Parts: sequence; C-alpha cells; structure tokens
Amino acid sequence: MPPEQLVHKIPAQPAAATRPLVEEFKFGLDAPICLTWELTYACNLSCVHCLSSSGRRDPRELTTEECFRVIDELERLQVFYVNIGGGEPMLRADFFEILEYAAAHNVGVKFSTNGTFIDAAAARRLASMDYLDIQISIDGADAQVNDLVRGEGSFAAARAAMDHLAAADFGPFKISLVVTRHNVSQLDEFKEIADSYGAQLRVTRLRPSGRGVDSWAELHPTQAQQRELYYWLLDRPTVLTGDSFFHLSALGDALPGLNLCGAGRVVCLIDPVGDVYACPFVIHDEFLAGNIRNEGGFTKVWRESDLFLSLREPESEGACTSCGSYDACQGGCMASKFFVGLELTDPDPECVLGNAEPYLAALATAGTAVPSSTADHSRPGVPVPSPVTLRPTRRQRV
Amino acid sequence: MIDLEARYQISPNVSLRPERFGALAYSFDTRKLSFLKHPDLVRVVESLKDHESVRLAFEAVGVDEARWPSFLNALSTLETSEMIRAA
Repeated sequence: MPPEQLVHKIPAQPAAATRPLVEEFKFGLDAPICLTWELTYACNLSCVHCLSSSGRRDPRELTTEECFRVIDELERLQVFYVNIGGGEPMLRADFFEILEYAAAHNVGVKFSTNGTFIDAAAARRLASMDYLDIQISIDGADAQVNDLVRGEGSFAAARAAMDHLAAADFGPFKISLVVTRHNVSQLDEFKEIADSYGAQLRVTRLRPSGRGVDSWAELHPTQAQQRELYYWLLDRPTVLTGDSFFHLSALGDALPGLNLCGAGRVVCLIDPVGDVYACPFVIHDEFLAGNIRNEGGFTKVWRESDLFLSLREPESEGACTSCGSYDACQGGCMASKFFVGLELTDPDPECVLGNAEPYLAALATAGTAVPSSTADHSRPGVPVPSPVTLRPTRRQRV
Repeated sequence: MIDLEARYQISPNVSLRPERFGALAYSFDTRKLSFLKHPDLVRVVESLKDHESVRLAFEAVGVDEARWPSFLNALSTLETSEMIRAA
C-alpha cells in the first residue's frame, strides 16, 4: 500500500504509546534505568547465601580514579542512580569519596550494607549527604534467625547501625531482607522493626547464586510459604520488593512493579574488577558481557556486547508455552533457573504452579551437576554459617 | 488535580532522560523514578514553565483536544509523585 494511503489508517495522534512499556523494556534501552555496582568483594561477614560469594578483596579492584570515571560515564548516560553493594562497600577506604563524587555528578546512590561500620560518626556523616539511600540487611527479625544465615553478632551490628542512623536523623532508610524458609513467618515482625524506625521495608527473593548454590535447596520458601508471601505482599503495596517476585504473579493479580526480567535490558551489574554481568544474581562467565576497562568502557559493553544484544531478542517461552500464566510470570528468573541446572526456557524452579517439579526431578535422577561458581571470593578457612541442617527453625508455623 | 488554567513547572532536582517511548523522570529529592509514556507528554512537561497555563502548553505542543483528558491524567500522576508542581 502506498504511504499516502497508509496515513489514513493511522490516527494522526495516537493517544498512548504504541507499545506497552514492558514490551519497550524487553528490547532494551540505550542506557540502563539503574544498575548494581558491587564496589568490593571484601566482607567482614560470610553469609551463607551471599550472591557474590564475597569475603576476600580482589587485588584487581577498580581504583578510586577508575570509580570516578565510571561515575562520569553514568552521568553522561543519565543513569540517575546506582545500587552500591559488595561485599561490604564500607570496607573500601575511599567509600565516602566515591559517594561524594557520585552526588556531585548527579548519580544518586543507594547502598547496601550489613551496618557493621555505621557508628555514630559515620551515621552523622551519611546524614549530611545528598542523594543517598541506605539499605541495611537483616535476614531474621531476631538474632537467632538472622545470625544463623549471616553469622554471629550480625543482627546486633545491624540494629546498632539503625539506632545510629535514627539518632543522626538520617531520615527514612531501608531495611532489606531476603525471604527464606526460616524468616517468612516473621514478616510482620520485620515490618514492626521497620515501622519503629520510620524505615521502609524491602523484601527480596532468595536466589541460588554465589554461595547460595549450596544453601538454596534448604533455605528457599516452600510452595505454601510462597503463597503466604504473595498475599502478604499484595496487602502491603508500600513494601518494596525490587521487582524480584514477579514469578509469584502467576498466583493472581500482579504485584506492584514492572514484572519483568530486566537483566541486560534495563539493569545490569558492574563488579569490583569492572566486569559487567547481566544482573547481580548471575556472577558467572556465562553471563559476563565485558569489562569497563576495555576500550569503549561501560557504554560499549551495554550497547554492543553479544550477550546483552541476545538478551534483548524476543524470547522463547520454551516449556512455558502451554501455560496460561506466562504473561503474568514471564517464565520467572533466569538466574534461579541457571544455578539449579535448568535450561533458561524451563520453568522457574519456584514456579508457583509446580511446573518445574518434573524438570527438577529429572535433574536429580540424572545427577546433573549445577554450574559451579566462576568467581568465588570466599575467605579460605572461614566457615560459613551452616543454617538449616544444624538447628531446626525457631518455631513451626501452623 | 491539575488546573488547566494554572502554570506548572518541573520540580527542582528532577531530571528527564529522553527515550524512544517518551522519557524517564527521576527526582533526586524523593529518589523516585517515573515513566513518561509518550514523546508528546515529554514535550508538554518540558514546556510547562514557558506557558501561563497547561492549556497554552497543550496548544503550543499541538496536542489534539481529544487527548487532553489522558494528558491531564498523566500530569496529575506526575504531580502526585512530585515530578511537577504548580509554579
């Protein structure tokens, strides 16, 4: 049909965007909406589910100057904020310098910490800074449940940090937890802790990534707990989730958020040595897109790497084709599938409709080995807390 | 609610990043992100401060009157999330 005829078929001014936003995002953006930047693999804790297998500093860590160049690039790309983590980012001697440089260059920072190094003085310094969000991690609403996963004394350290931030009038910080089989019954208590500080609660999904490969099977919530979690979240739309539970949307109404795997499309990860991965949960060679130290920097990796371009191709629904819930759950989380040994077109291992069960059973029968970590920074000789098999859950849910 | 006859402006410390579909808006004050889902909406938001009223901004950008209700809704959402405010 000649173009002039086509014109009459198209309203001169479409009332809305021609494609839903989620579809736009699947094709990727010229720059990420936001990204995660792990500043160091050094950590004073050895959490059993650490997704970056942190512990030891990597001697090739980006220098302060290199960190500044990353921030310059993010400013040029108008990446408005980064989620800084680690390891424990406050272990970097130039931590505050990096925060100050980011704020001065219109890159907002949300950083994730175990809180150990937020004493009264650090809290006052943090409270005086702009464009800053702090997220303190706990994985139990009390020391007993938390310390089994994060190590002895870690709950007390996190609570002390919260007290210091409150005393310094930091304002509303965030308290972040990863849902496990052992803390899912404490969600109300977590919320009470957050409310007592005027803090926002953030609840995210446990992935079998990093050291989580070994503990996931025993720690991830049961199907009954997933349902409980779904309704709890549905009733509390102000609780943040980092959009991490879209696989639960197959249970009914979608949870707030984009409900989309953004890996390599709208988010990614920069690790402490400048390696760029598709998301924070896939620190593995299979999902390594490039390194910011190479020519063209981060921008070239984001826009041209084969991996990221392939993640922006229309996806195959694979084994989920015949399931009516695919539009709701999008087949779930790529990282969760990969690290339990499933194909990326298989159902999510925590598929709430149970569609992954036959695949997981087949893997178990075949004795298929799960992908081993290609970047383990655990400290040798430091035992990771051993949560499940040693001690029973604090209380049983009826 | 947006007053069609009043002047608005982008809030301080809010930045827009143009995209195919429209733009990302980020407030460094509230640390919240919003999506502007049409390039015309981006043009309207950017020109709010230059016009006495939202009506004049619509006319300057050339938004059909039939689309005003949906644009007013979008602007109202942006006002609620503190991305724009009365000037």
